[in-house]
Amino acid sequence: MSSVITRVKQKQIAQLIAKGKRLDGRGLTDYRETKVEQGIIERAEGSARVLLGKTEVMVGTKIETGEPFTDTPNEGVLTVNAELVPLASSTFEPGPPDENSIELARIVDRGIRESKVIDLEKLCIEPGKKVFVVFVDVYVLNHDGNLIDASALAALAALINTKMPNYEVEEGEVKVKPGYTPLPVRRHPITVTFAKINDKLVVDPWLEEEQIMDCRLSMAIDDDGNICAIQKGGSGYFTPKQVLEAAEIAKEKAEELRKKLGW
Amino acid sequence: MSQKHEKLIDKKGLRLDGRKLDELRPIKIEVGVLSNADGSAYIEQGKNKILAAVFGPKELHPKHLALPDRMVLRCRYHMAPFSVQERKSPAPSRREIELSKVIREALEPSIFLEYYPRTGIDVFVEVLQADGGTRCASITAASLALADAGIPMRDLVVACAAGKVDDTVVLDLTDVEDKADGADVPLALMPNLNAITLLQMDGTLTLEEFEKAVNLALEGCKKIYVLQKETLKDRYVSVKEVEE
Repeated sequence: MSSVITRVKQKQIAQLIAKGKRLDGRGLTDYRETKVEQGIIERAEGSARVLLGKTEVMVGTKIETGEPFTDTPNEGVLTVNAELVPLASSTFEPGPPDENSIELARIVDRGIRESKVIDLEKLCIEPGKKVFVVFVDVYVLNHDGNLIDASALAALAALINTKMPNYEVEEGEVKVKPGYTPLPVRRHPITVTFAKINDKLVVDPWLEEEQIMDCRLSMAIDDDGNICAIQKGGSGYFTPKQVLEAAEIAKEKAEELRKKLGW
Repeated sequence: MSQKHEKLIDKKGLRLDGRKLDELRPIKIEVGVLSNADGSAYIEQGKNKILAAVFGPKELHPKHLALPDRMVLRCRYHMAPFSVQERKSPAPSRREIELSKVIREALEPSIFLEYYPRTGIDVFVEVLQADGGTRCASITAASLALADAGIPMRDLVVACAAGKVDDTVVLDLTDVEDKADGADVPLALMPNLNAITLLQMDGTLTLEEFEKAVNLALEGCKKIYVLQKETLKDRYVSVKEVEE
């Protein structure tokens, strides 16, 4: 949080929110303009770029073969990693992933895993020995707030766009055959993030709102309107009433976005 | 998926360990268990065995991390290699790094950080044995360790999870219940302020189930809060009596 916002602006943002308005003209539950592009990196098995206002996140997926986990021998492996690339913000430093990028990756992972986006059993080649491993790499390219929603959306868009190599097993060796089949994507969870500012909830906080917020709450909502993942972040608190209110709004917002994207 | 494992709730509505749906596991708490720490606490919740220790407020190292207007809280959640069925590598996993962050953020709102500018305080949590719900038990213990260290706080933070097992909303999930196909909602609360300082969830819940789970977890927190306060009284009120 090294970038400085003036006290005047902090006050202005907070006062406007108290009146149900926001500095960039949005209502409290409005998303910024959302753009999703798919298939932008040819070398990746699947890819997508999401623009949420000025926030930009790219996700590429790669598929390799590997060993399953011992407790799930019949299932493929899903791995989510997030990079807060230094060119995205003056606050991002090069180096090994810090707690923020690990938390981001784990929130995106939970949204995808808990709503069972991919049928992992279909990624099994030889039970206990060989399975497909799906790598989802989140690449934050420009940070203007709400990286969670942008990353979750981009990860889902990239998975929808992912093609699995055709293969056959010959004497225990996996041979790749020509052609591709789409990755079996069954569900479309949408993650909706709230910031608490001046005891009010705002949807899709942009950077300056994030810098003055008390805390945030992210909820992933699946196709049936059920909640499948939640994460509270930041060192403030929510009342039980605010949490339940957020769940209602998240459900509406997720439906709206899913309809708009045709998923 | 759910057909794969045996029923976790029997016909009488009792769980594998004989508990009712809204019943907590047996909890044992002690404070001041470590002589070198400024504050410490030990909690057993079911098979969970967790130690928490607080060092500080003290000068922060590296020094550039210090803040001019408040204390810096640092938190490390760590699991012992022997705490789980298959040995866990002692190197911090991504899960532990995330949990360290959310535990810190659950404790931060309770502390008057502005009373100790330019200093730091370290909270170390060691999970000696894990059986589901370790982050919650860790928060309950860590908050007591902070109180034991004499850190001024707005309220104690207490945490408890609720979730869904066999399509039924239940309190305080064990590891087996958590790993089954359902949902888990860990929640931390400052009861006097009605403030939720940690909230996470995985699994699938309808909005109605979620509301039920949150309310159940809140009730669980309030029960543990009573134990937390009793533990502090037992320790400090009796010490006073001896001095007389």
